[in-house]
Amino acid sequence: MSGSSHSKVIGDVILKCDNISLSFGGVRALTNISIDVREHEVLAIIGPNGAGKSSMLNVINGVYHPQQGTVTYRGETRRAMKPHETAQHGIARTFQNIALFKGMSVLDNIMTGRYTKMKRNFLWQALYVGPNLKEEIEHREVCERVIDFLQIENIRKTPVGRLPYGLQKRVELGRALAAEPQLLLLDEPMAGMNVEEKEDMCRFILDVNDEFGTTIVLIEHDMGVVMAISDRVAVLDYGKKIADGPPEEVRANKDVIDAYLGVAH
Amino acid sequence: MARGLPDLSVHDTFPKLLLHHAAARGQQPAWREKDFGIWQTWTWNQVADEVRAFALGLKALGFQRGDRLAIVGDNRPHLYWAMLAAQSLGGVPVPMYQDAVANEMRFVLSHAEVRFAVVEDQEQTDKLIEIKNDCLTLEHVIYSDPRGLRNYTQPFLTSYAKVQELGRDEAAGFFEDSIAQGKQDDLSVILYTSGTTGQSKGVMLTFWNVMMSAKGAVEFDHLTANEEVMAYLPMAWVGDHIYSFGESLVAGFCVACPESSNTVMHDLRELGPTFFFAPPRIFENLLTQVMIRMEDASSIKRGMFHYFMDVAKRCGAAILDGRPVGFGDRLLYALGRVFVYGPLLNVLGFSRIRLAHTAGEAIGPDIFRFYRSLGVNIKQIYGSTEASVFITIQPNGQVKDDTVGVPVPGVELKMTDNGEVLFRSPGAFLAYFKNDEGTRSTKTDEGWVHTGDAGFLDDDGHLKIIDRAKDVGKLNTGGMFAPKYIENKLKFFPFIKEAVAYGDQQDYVACFINIDIEAVGNWAERRGLAYSGYTDLACKSEVYGLLTDCVNKVNQDLADDPHLFESQIKRFLILHKELDADDGELTRTRKVRRGFIAEKYAELISALYSDKTHCAIEAQVTFEDGRKGTIKADLRIQESERYQPMKKAG
Repeated sequence: MSGSSHSKVIGDVILKCDNISLSFGGVRALTNISIDVREHEVLAIIGPNGAGKSSMLNVINGVYHPQQGTVTYRGETRRAMKPHETAQHGIARTFQNIALFKGMSVLDNIMTGRYTKMKRNFLWQALYVGPNLKEEIEHREVCERVIDFLQIENIRKTPVGRLPYGLQKRVELGRALAAEPQLLLLDEPMAGMNVEEKEDMCRFILDVNDEFGTTIVLIEHDMGVVMAISDRVAVLDYGKKIADGPPEEVRANKDVIDAYLGVAH
Repeated sequence: MARGLPDLSVHDTFPKLLLHHAAARGQQPAWREKDFGIWQTWTWNQVADEVRAFALGLKALGFQRGDRLAIVGDNRPHLYWAMLAAQSLGGVPVPMYQDAVANEMRFVLSHAEVRFAVVEDQEQTDKLIEIKNDCLTLEHVIYSDPRGLRNYTQPFLTSYAKVQELGRDEAAGFFEDSIAQGKQDDLSVILYTSGTTGQSKGVMLTFWNVMMSAKGAVEFDHLTANEEVMAYLPMAWVGDHIYSFGESLVAGFCVACPESSNTVMHDLRELGPTFFFAPPRIFENLLTQVMIRMEDASSIKRGMFHYFMDVAKRCGAAILDGRPVGFGDRLLYALGRVFVYGPLLNVLGFSRIRLAHTAGEAIGPDIFRFYRSLGVNIKQIYGSTEASVFITIQPNGQVKDDTVGVPVPGVELKMTDNGEVLFRSPGAFLAYFKNDEGTRSTKTDEGWVHTGDAGFLDDDGHLKIIDRAKDVGKLNTGGMFAPKYIENKLKFFPFIKEAVAYGDQQDYVACFINIDIEAVGNWAERRGLAYSGYTDLACKSEVYGLLTDCVNKVNQDLADDPHLFESQIKRFLILHKELDADDGELTRTRKVRRGFIAEKYAELISALYSDKTHCAIEAQVTFEDGRKGTIKADLRIQESERYQPMKKAG
């Protein structure tokens, strides 16, 4: 795909989840899980359906509050994150099922990604004058850079509901990028895409990681994709972490093979 | 100095013209590009600075007089400036088709002995890296958009900004001295033909060629420094080189580049150019889109559209040409302008348009009349790369559907015995690069250039082109067979994207048809006809029914023509795949490569000339990433109606 030699430097741990346990009534979604995320890396979380992957993202993101364990982000340890706090601290995410405003244009959807960075309340924003004008132009510029980056100039003004699924996923990534995140959480960014769309998405994810140095945590089922783009893979099964390491190592791990292919008891 | 045109005997190269405009209208806009959703503008002064910095940077990298600089990418101001920079240093730009695959680029880069290449982005950089080892003369690749190239470590790669930085450190004076050394007879550009007729050839044009041709057209149509033009056609094509580069520098008007190739129509609407040049295909596409959208519009809008389009058809062209029109029609036309034509032109981006040119292929008469009836002064021109475009232009007020107009001042025409058109003009090319044999067979010692087109002058002195001279054939029945003429008639229907007619030395005419997936797809949707893709849709019997009607109408038309009534189509089939440049079936300018198609689909042709009603076919297709696959289909062959001729020749 490119003639580049990869030369990125993976930094220190920026996010540390310690002994996280989460249950819904009698269902134990996560049991005593610890995961580290290092700066600038692409970490893939994989596992069979119901393994607790999305729950893990939701804990990081502050949507779910675990009963046990702590989350340490950039040196600050919390019992649980809060969604608006995580957004303000530079963590953005996309969702497994597209969560865009279908009736709004691509540009407006991406602009919502700037919401946490807007200084004035919505009454002020309704006025397109003076300092509001300046602020709006600044935000628009960031969004335009994202649009340029994702090569969606031609659909800038198109309502999202009219776009094919693959492009909607790209717009959702755009909205997350508009927040200029340091940590990007992607929940199955390639689910339901065709081969070409997947290749495009892989390219964008790698480019985000490469150009902006954004740390990426992604959940994905396509093993080809996971092995190709991630620096490290963590494997969950029935709420437990069964492996964590570089892709080659994880691929050869017996527990992982058993979990994925099933094993005769 | 009429209408403020610079004196071209003093400013006799493009870099000199650039400096002239920077001095004469330094603060006026020279280039625009839509970037980050906004039109960014550079004045003539700024452009001169950018060109100076880049030229001096090239010099610092070792660029010498006479060196060739390849340009690869979509239309971007920076790439046009690179051309000017090369010319400033006495070098020769070689613009290349940006959608060519690496292999096709190898030929041009090696043949032109290119030392420097300026490319747009990662995509083009990757292609050049792939073939770098085969192009022995290539030393430097300069990229304009650094995105994705951060980790490329090849020593021959440099960014455009970096080159300019090198140039800004260079001593002043060299740039101006170097420009002053340029002369009008110096080589200004080498344009490689698209290869409609075999291996592409490098056409060498001097400054004098390009400037005289551009000046002729600017004066013919009274263009001024206030025009607004969009550059969106391939930079390697002579049309773009003259319209966006040559004419802009001669007349001093502003040229705008679209945001990307996908947004051209959108950007066109925002920009509202005053002068627009497009091949017929673009005008056709626009019309097809309008028609599709009108089919989906509410009944009131649709009714209004059809009513006022009838009015326009009746009197629009006459009003445009200043011919007498009754008061009632004038009133209706004025109403139509408010309710239909004005908004429609606005949607198309033609609100401010004063003049439109079309060339490259014949335009369907109905498409042509459609735009003229709306008040768009669209005119056909006839030209070639070897002529620096202009041979003939239709004069205002004397625009006919089926001719390409009168010779531009300075151009002489003559016909050979077999009907081939020859021309002699100041724009006539110097020679083909490293191809003396080709030059000798095209250009005579007296300066007459063979066009390869068959045509004749009509009673008013307008040139009428029928077809390529070598394509005009004879049916076994003795009738004349001009394939392009028939294909153009078919392609007028919005449902037909491409057609290839056969009949030379055969008993009757038969043809292949490519459906237009957008138009036919929409038609099918409205009828609740389910289909899985192009191949499936093309095989549907309902679609065959639809196209039989189209072919029958063409036959009815041909029956009226005293020369061509025998060319009525007897049998046709719908191809299972779109003809594509990647498969070698079309040229990069989307012209049909008849010979290649005949060879590739020989089975189908023999089936057309037998009494078979079906023919199985397996065809290879090349995907965009270069992989190959096969498509299998069983194609139906359809008979169409043939009509009695209305009047016999002679």
